[in-house]
Order: sequence, then C-alpha cells, then structure tokens
Amino acid sequence: MNWVALRMLTGDRAKYLGIIFGVAFAALLMSQQLSIFCGLMRNTTSQIRDIEGGDIWVMDKNVQFVDDVKPMSENKLLRVRGVEGVQWAVRLYKGIARARLSDGNFQQMILIGLDDATLVGAPRPDRILHGELGDLRQPNAVFIDEFGWRYLFGNEPFQVGRTLEMNDKRAVIVGMCKCNPTFQTFPILYCTYSQAVQFLPQERKTLTFILAKGNDGAFPESVCAAIHEQTGLKALTNDQFFWSTIQYYMQRTGIPINFGITVMLGFVVGCAIAGQTFYLFTLENLKQWGALKAMGVSNIRLVGMILLQALVVGLIGYGLGIGGAALFGYTFERVVTSTPPAFYFGWQIMGITAGAVTVIALAASLLSMRRVLFLEAGVVFR
Amino acid sequence: MTTTMQQHPTTRGAAIQLRGVSKVFGTGDTKVTAIDTVSLDLPYGELVLLVGPSGCGKTTLISIVAGLLDASAGEVSVLEHNLTRMGGNRKVRFRGANIGFVFQQYNLLPALTAVENASVPLLIAGWSRPKAIEKASDLLASVGLGSRLKSYPSQLSGGQQQRVAIARALVHEPRLLVCDEPTAALDAASGRTVMDLIRQVAVQPDRAVIVVTHDSRVYDFGDRIVSMADGKVVELLGKGQRPHE
Ligand SMILES: Nc1ncnc2c1ncn2[C@@H]1O[C@H](COP(=O)(O)OP(=O)(O)OP(=O)(O)O)[C@@H](O)[C@H]1O
Ligand SMILES: [Mg+2]
Repeated sequence: MNWVALRMLTGDRAKYLGIIFGVAFAALLMSQQLSIFCGLMRNTTSQIRDIEGGDIWVMDKNVQFVDDVKPMSENKLLRVRGVEGVQWAVRLYKGIARARLSDGNFQQMILIGLDDATLVGAPRPDRILHGELGDLRQPNAVFIDEFGWRYLFGNEPFQVGRTLEMNDKRAVIVGMCKCNPTFQTFPILYCTYSQAVQFLPQERKTLTFILAKGNDGAFPESVCAAIHEQTGLKALTNDQFFWSTIQYYMQRTGIPINFGITVMLGFVVGCAIAGQTFYLFTLENLKQWGALKAMGVSNIRLVGMILLQALVVGLIGYGLGIGGAALFGYTFERVVTSTPPAFYFGWQIMGITAGAVTVIALAASLLSMRRVLFLEAGVVFR
Repeated sequence: MTTTMQQHPTTRGAAIQLRGVSKVFGTGDTKVTAIDTVSLDLPYGELVLLVGPSGCGKTTLISIVAGLLDASAGEVSVLEHNLTRMGGNRKVRFRGANIGFVFQQYNLLPALTAVENASVPLLIAGWSRPKAIEKASDLLASVGLGSRLKSYPSQLSGGQQQRVAIARALVHEPRLLVCDEPTAALDAASGRTVMDLIRQVAVQPDRAVIVVTHDSRVYDFGDRIVSMADGKVVELLGKGQRPHE
C-alpha cells in the first residue's frame, strides 16, 4: 500500500511539484537567512577567532564585546602577570584607526597591535599569504588582510611597499594574511604594539586587551576567576568572549529581530504553500481515500500512507532547499569577492531547518489526515 | 405485500439477514429516518436489485449491509457474521476480505493504471505486487479489457472504467458484491454491458450480489427486486416482475 500512496502522490505532477516547491522554498528561505544571520553574528567575533595564542582575554570590567574599546592603564599588565596561575600575559591593542590613502581619501581600519617581543596574537603561519611575520619589527611595517588589500587596491596583485598614512605617520605594507571575515568589513592591519601607538592620535591609555595564558594544566576558567578577583578586570576565556560578543549583538541590535522575522516568514509561507497544497491534494482525493477505506484499509494504514507522502515531499523539499542555500552561499562567496562573506552554513542550521520542515510536513499531513480519518466510509457512495 | 423468503429455502441460510433495522440521521428538528425497521433475507447465488425513488434509503441500506454505516437499531447479519456486534477494526478487515464495491463514480485511483487499480484489494490483503498484478490482469481480460491493462482511468471511457471497477471489486473473490447505481453514469449500451458483466462474472452460488439502481432499463438483470419507499421495503418481486412506479 505504500507504493499506492507514493503513486497517488506523484500521479498529479503539478500538485506534487507544488507541494515540494512550498517545502523547498521554506527550507531555502529559512536556511539561507539563518546562515546569513549566523554568518553575520559569527563575523562580529572574527578577531577573537583570529587572535590566537593565548587562552584568556583580559579587559576593562565594563567591556561587553570585542569592539568595545575601553583602554586600561599600562600597570594592569604587571598586575595580571602577578596573578597566580598566569603563565604569561602580553599587551594587545585593538581599535579603529583612520588611514589616509594615496588618493587622499580616508578609510577606517581595524588596527591590531601585537606585543613587540613575542608577537602573540599574530596570524598563524599557514594564514600568511605574503611576507614574514618578523618583518613587522621593521619601522612603520604593517600586515594587511586579503580582503583589506582588495578593498583598497582592487584586483592589483599584492606587492610589498604600498603605503598608507595614519596619524601623519607612514605605514608600509610588508605582508598579507588571511583573516576571518569581519562584521564592519574594514580592512585589518597588524603591526607591533609600539607601532600601533604611533598610528593613533595621542591618548592617555592605549592598552585595550591583555592576552594571557594560564599555567599548563590549570583550567582557564579558574585562572579567569583569579584574575578578576585580584585585579578587578574582566577576564574571559576565548569561548566566553566569543559568546558574550555574540550575545551583545543579539541583545543590542535589531539584527536578530529582522532575520527572525524573515525566518518566520519563510516558515509561515512554506507552511501555507506546502500545507495548503497538500491539504487540497488530499481533499481532491477524498473519494479515493474513502474508496480505500471502504475496501478495507484501516485508519492506521491510512495515517501511514499520508505520513509517507509527507515524508517524501518533506525530504525532497528539504534537500532542494538546503542544496539551494548551500549553492547560494558557495556562489556568493565566489562571485562577490570584494566583501567578506557572511554565510555560516553549519549543521545546526541544517538541523533547525530540518526541524521546521518536519513541522511543516506534519502540520500539512495532520490537517489532511483529519479529513481522511473522520471521513465516513459511506461518503464514497455519494 | 411483503413476501418472505421462505419459498426459497437455502441450506446455508441467508447471505444477508436484516431484523428490524433502522437508521436515523441527526437529532431533533433535523432528524431523518432514512431506514425504518426493515427486515429482509437475501440469498446467495442471486442478483438482487434494490430500487426505489431518490432519497428512499437505498444507499443507506447497502452502506449498513456493507459495514460502512452502523444501524441505529436492529440486527444486521451478513455472510453469517453479526455486524451489529462487530468492532471497528474487525469490520474493516471483514470488509476487506468479504465485500467488493462498485461505485456510481467508479472511484478508481487516477494515478494508477487499470491493472494496478484492479489489484488494490489484493494489496490491501497483503499480496505481493507481482502476484496481485498477475491476478488482476487475468480478471481484466475476463471483463474484456485485456488490451487496456496499462491505461490510466482518464484514458478509458466511463463504461471501461466501470469494468475496471468491477474487476477491482471481484479480484479478491469477495462473497458479497455491493454496487451503488453502477450504470447511472453510463449510456444505455455501456450500462447493459456492465450489467451483463455483473451477471456473468459476479453471480455465483456462494456469492451474494446487491445492485442499487433506479434505472428501469436494468430491471431485467435482477433475479429478485427489492423495492423501497420512505425507508421501508414495500415490495419483494421475483424475476420478470416489475415494481409499481
Ligand atoms: N449522512 C447523512 N446525514 C443526514 N441525512 C442523511 C445522510 N445520509 C442520508 N441521509 C438522508 O437519508 C435519506 C436516504 O438517503 P439515501 O442516500 O440512502 O437515499 P437513496 O435512496 O440512495 O437516494 P438516491 O437514489 O438519490 O441516491 C435521505 O433523506 C437523505 O437525505
Ligand atoms: Mg443513493
């Protein structure tokens, strides 16, 4: 009888495709929007993920997210180093600098100043596309990220020696690295901490973050607690900082609501299209269902048949929708190369979409089932 | 006017035995008594026509006989099974195993070919698809549709569709065949073909056949005519007799 159910489903090509289209559309819209949303949210944490080496971020106690710059006084570094359980701690500058380009235009830059001696937080060797990290110790030297280069110089091939001007100081690009796409999409410059200070207008305090590492075998969380207790500063593990940054954007910006609305819309529209087509489809076949019922098909069997139909359209629609979203993300990343991608297509998104599609398919079939189950078999004679 | 079946004793008892059966739809102002204390015995091996004016309760009566509707009162016994006391699930199985249906609107599954449609009752009974198709093919050949096995209902004429429906109704060899106005949607010639077919392939010594009709052109096909009016059986006629119009 399963075979009969499938033939009933695929028999009317137009309706069959209509139902699948509805599910696919919903799955596409939801997964695509969710991916962009997660991508954007994830992009807000790109520097947290880029700056590796330490396992603890220390910052002013009022800092809420990674772009929230509240500099500390330099002596805090020594105090953090003095906390028991801290293996080492180094300074890190992270902020926005205003660069003057050779054509006279100004451009905001994300400036990252690394500890002069250790360069902790520099890009991993496999992410360096041109140049040597050590070159950063040359006067005025900066590394630029791949997107930043393209942003500033278009499709020009990379070359050492291009210059920018920040705070009336010349900056010489000596290397290029790969960075995770950022939320603001500004170019990223890496340099030494002492160099970074010169690229900024005179400020009383410039120490934005301290990168620290706990003793081997110590739990980063307990080291964080100790740092906080002894210095009054906020200390977070990489993971905690990642999530608190995302939480900030979730709570303080309209991004989640707007994407939430689109995702809901996808869900509702998908439910409406798929649900309604499926329902009408069943309704149209009501006499046939009635005949089957009269001929001795039990209600349980009928439910099984309808669920099978829903499962099939759900699976195909889901596959098409998810595939479409993946294709969209893939194409977008390759076609639009000037801006960093904001598309995170994780398993969680596939899971959430699968859940939503299941709900759509179940809702559609439940609606139909009601009609079939409460159909008096006698109706077939009318 | 009412005659009893005692003139036609059968060794096995009646195929259908109704005792004081009533069916009431709705309550209060909307109450309709569709069947009014009907008692009836119908034998095996005959084609019984159930006739009467529109709304007199014919469809309701055969729905009760076929186990599709529960009677409001009375005892219903079909093929030596007491339907009155049969539970829902058992009734479903009873229908699947023992009753063949032919509907006025054919009710074939449009997505299935003729032979697939005819095989459905066997699939319901749990047969494998190849075996079911094989048996259905034989039966379709015997109703004269051997060359249209792979046609879809939409590619067949009304008469041909009804023949497929007859094959479907008989493929699992049910002991009771119930047909509601099988010729109403057909022209005279197709109607005759269909009735001929029902006579030839359906009427057998151990099978009961009831055909509801208000098509006087097919009266000649009945071995017996049960005439209804206002929910009551008003006449029982033998072969060749015609009900009062
Ligand atoms: N489900 C129902 N609910 C309420 N009334 C019903 C229902 N089914 C039938 N009736 C009523 O019961 C009576 C008998 O109906 P039935 O369909 O059995 O008549 P019929 O003899 O088959 O008529 P026709 O020749 O037009 O098919 C009618 O008055 C009808 O309106
Ligand atoms: Mg009727």
